[in-house]
Amino acid sequence: MSLDIPLLFETGQPGRANRYLREEAAATTYLPPELLRETLPLPEHTELDVVRHFTRLSQRTMSIDTNFYPLGSCTMKYNPRVNDASAALAGFRDLHPYAPDALAQGALRVMHTLERALASLFGMHAFSLNPAAGAHAELTALLIALAYFAQRGEGTQRTTVIVPDTAHGTNPASAAMVGYKVVSLESDARGRVSLERILSTIGPDTAVCMMTNPNTLGLFEDHIAEIAAAVHAVGGLMYYDGANANALMGNARPGDMGFDLMHLNLHKTFSIPHGGGGAGAGPVGVSAALAPFLPTPIVRSQDDIFALDFSCEQSIGPMRSFWSNFAHMVRALSYILANGADGLAQCSKLAVLNANYLRVKLRDVIDVPFDELCRHEFVASAQGLKRDTGVRALDLAKALLDAGYHAPTMYFPLLVPECLMIEPTETESKETLDGFIAAFRAILTQARRDPSVIQSTPTTTPVARLDETQAARHPNLRWKPA
Amino acid sequence: MYTPHTPADIASMLADIGVATLDELVRVPEGLAPQAQIEVPAALPERELAVVMADLASENTATNFRSFLGAGAYRHYIPPVLGTLAMRGEFLTAYTPYQAEVSQGYLQAIYEWQTYIALLTGLEYANASVYDGATALAEAAIMAVNATGRRSLVISAAIHPQTRAVLATYARGIGLSIHELPYAANGCTDFSALDALLATGDIAAVAVQSPNFFGVIDEPPADVVTRVKAASSVMIGVIAEALSLAVLRTPASWGADIAVGEAQSFGIPLAYGGPYVGFMACSAEHLRRLPGRLVGRTVDTNGKPGFTLTLQAREQHIRRERAISNICTNQAHCALLATMYLAALGERGLRDCAVANIRMTQQLVAALLELPGVTRVFAAPVFNECVLRVPGKAADVLLRLQADQILGGVDLGRWYPELADCILLTATEMTIEDDICALQQALQCQLEVLV
Repeated sequence: MSLDIPLLFETGQPGRANRYLREEAAATTYLPPELLRETLPLPEHTELDVVRHFTRLSQRTMSIDTNFYPLGSCTMKYNPRVNDASAALAGFRDLHPYAPDALAQGALRVMHTLERALASLFGMHAFSLNPAAGAHAELTALLIALAYFAQRGEGTQRTTVIVPDTAHGTNPASAAMVGYKVVSLESDARGRVSLERILSTIGPDTAVCMMTNPNTLGLFEDHIAEIAAAVHAVGGLMYYDGANANALMGNARPGDMGFDLMHLNLHKTFSIPHGGGGAGAGPVGVSAALAPFLPTPIVRSQDDIFALDFSCEQSIGPMRSFWSNFAHMVRALSYILANGADGLAQCSKLAVLNANYLRVKLRDVIDVPFDELCRHEFVASAQGLKRDTGVRALDLAKALLDAGYHAPTMYFPLLVPECLMIEPTETESKETLDGFIAAFRAILTQARRDPSVIQSTPTTTPVARLDETQAARHPNLRWKPA
Repeated sequence: MYTPHTPADIASMLADIGVATLDELVRVPEGLAPQAQIEVPAALPERELAVVMADLASENTATNFRSFLGAGAYRHYIPPVLGTLAMRGEFLTAYTPYQAEVSQGYLQAIYEWQTYIALLTGLEYANASVYDGATALAEAAIMAVNATGRRSLVISAAIHPQTRAVLATYARGIGLSIHELPYAANGCTDFSALDALLATGDIAAVAVQSPNFFGVIDEPPADVVTRVKAASSVMIGVIAEALSLAVLRTPASWGADIAVGEAQSFGIPLAYGGPYVGFMACSAEHLRRLPGRLVGRTVDTNGKPGFTLTLQAREQHIRRERAISNICTNQAHCALLATMYLAALGERGLRDCAVANIRMTQQLVAALLELPGVTRVFAAPVFNECVLRVPGKAADVLLRLQADQILGGVDLGRWYPELADCILLTATEMTIEDDICALQQALQCQLEVLV
């Protein structure tokens, strides 16, 4: 069988290219031949063919714009188009990063205004807009911690990073990347980090305790102030993973909870389109004591004149090319200005409302292991269903695709077996949620009546379940000429 | 707020949940409520928001200037069709394609990107992209460290200073040491110190950028590559201007094991530095150490071909602290734009674009060399950038050019004190002869005043 949509490399004809530019002489006219490649084996298509190809590909891509997307911990809220229009303004879009500060005041003002707004919203002293994504921000924060402890002469002493078992995989991966020993902390029966366990884990070797609050079970870590005090008492730092910041934006602040470092995923909380997995943006916020270590450059303001400051002696250095994923800073500021402080707080409240509504409407048909007031998301478990019928979380996820819903996050967090993590976000209406509830209940009814039907889903998608074993055993990662 | 809830919706949902107010849902323990007023400007209706944003954009007067800025971010022609296609909501508002059955379109586009990068670099495999060209080099260095078990890197001083700075940030954290090879009089990397470094037996990789930061085509000579490989070190090629791949010898053909770089030139707007898109390609030997997402072709349960994310056992969401990288997000949407750009331009369009860059740069250099006191610093051939020496400090010359609405290039003294009287100038297919004449005249006026 062949692909429904042939690859670009299997179609097109030599000589069919578009005339965007003038025809040029051969490169040998200008450069010695020994520096030049002999062939450039790229396909040639008319613009119409390109438009059809990608339009058809887009039609085979589920998105927020096409379907409800309750993907836990990813905050798939509506991405307002005015933000994209703002980013596309020529004064932003065409601005070269080496434009002199005096001629880029609008861009610097965007960055400074956004930075101040984030600092106030999350109770931090300052933010760096430099990191390109959440995991990149975690790495940035851990490099800041390394520099901070080195400066205090505790570099060799502070070797351990504490990560609860509910944490995202990026947390331990980022910590390991810079040489920290990762200690995994088991959640208690309430799905939270307990003060007792923290006290028995921390010590003079503790560098950083990385926490997500609410955690990935959607539960608020209610002992957070005591945990932070305990970590501080042994000289460690508290890191806030902002993946779930949509649950508390405007209603509570990591800075007030005792966090010294944090990151935000602007592509989650601040409505930047995920774009199929990036580009993201991961600003890092810090307390006053850690501000000298922030990556360069920092946007400074004096008498309403803005400048990039590279002269920060204690800085860990730059984390990426240029200053930030700037187009996303425009989008995030645009979103903040559209909402205001009260609007942002209301967004969080309605995100929590939607999550709890789904929870109470589904808990009689699927296990909800931590069935209490949740924040912006909750987890369900198909463990009981699997025991009774053989139907797994994966099968439910695939059946939802057939029903026209993106699947929840599956098999995460790891401590809940057969886990489905559901985050509806605030931009979904009650009607949409009711439709999802009805579809999910129907799937569960069917699963108990005839498991094989659910186990053979999806059947209405462009392809059925894919053979991932073959994909990994015999990697076919590119087209090759015949 | 972009929220759909009516008061009646909220009331009935609260009743179903069994709480009285929205505030109850977000209540936090005593003492954790915000301890200061949240200072965010008041909400604006969209009409007023649009005015505010337009005013901010208009403060960036640099976009009205004639520009010869490059140095890692390039102004190229972007066919409007890219905007139309890439802004389709299906692409813009999808998440990472974990659910392959409903993500076939995006997965196929990324598979096509991986193919384009493999074809352009000549290497076997490419990943689904990383944050940018600078972090791509840092990730390549980690690959080499993991492959060799060694902790030192040798890099050319003619790699973009910013890329070297990012690598240094990573290296400090990871605990790697970096040795720099100086540049020679002709602008290419001077490899004379290499043998002694390789003899330490602790060099994980040698990295060279071509065209290098001075615009000079700087592919390492064959004997250098042979010596690097004889020392079991990894040869890394860095490409800061992806367009050069359309005409220059591929990194694979000069012997790179890993090629990394920045693909902003393929249809991605300048946008004051981001988001851009890094690419990473490698030989088959290094595939399992390649970080980031990979899309693979496979079949479904009915034998029908399709695509899925693959080799995920390398990644953080499976391996946690034992993962080969912490990368989660890639730059999918930028990679998609680049794929569309390459599809639209095709072989001839891309080659014509690259040649236009070479031609305009040669024209620019020739025009400025007519001026007394302006000299070319490096003799080796260049792609679309060139270093010229000017009378006086480059920073002063550039500042005076701004009075004529010209951004004359980048002051090299910023990174190389010995080149404080040198400017890095860039010409692309967007440069017109009128720009060159205006720069030539403005510079001539300055020089006359000085003389």
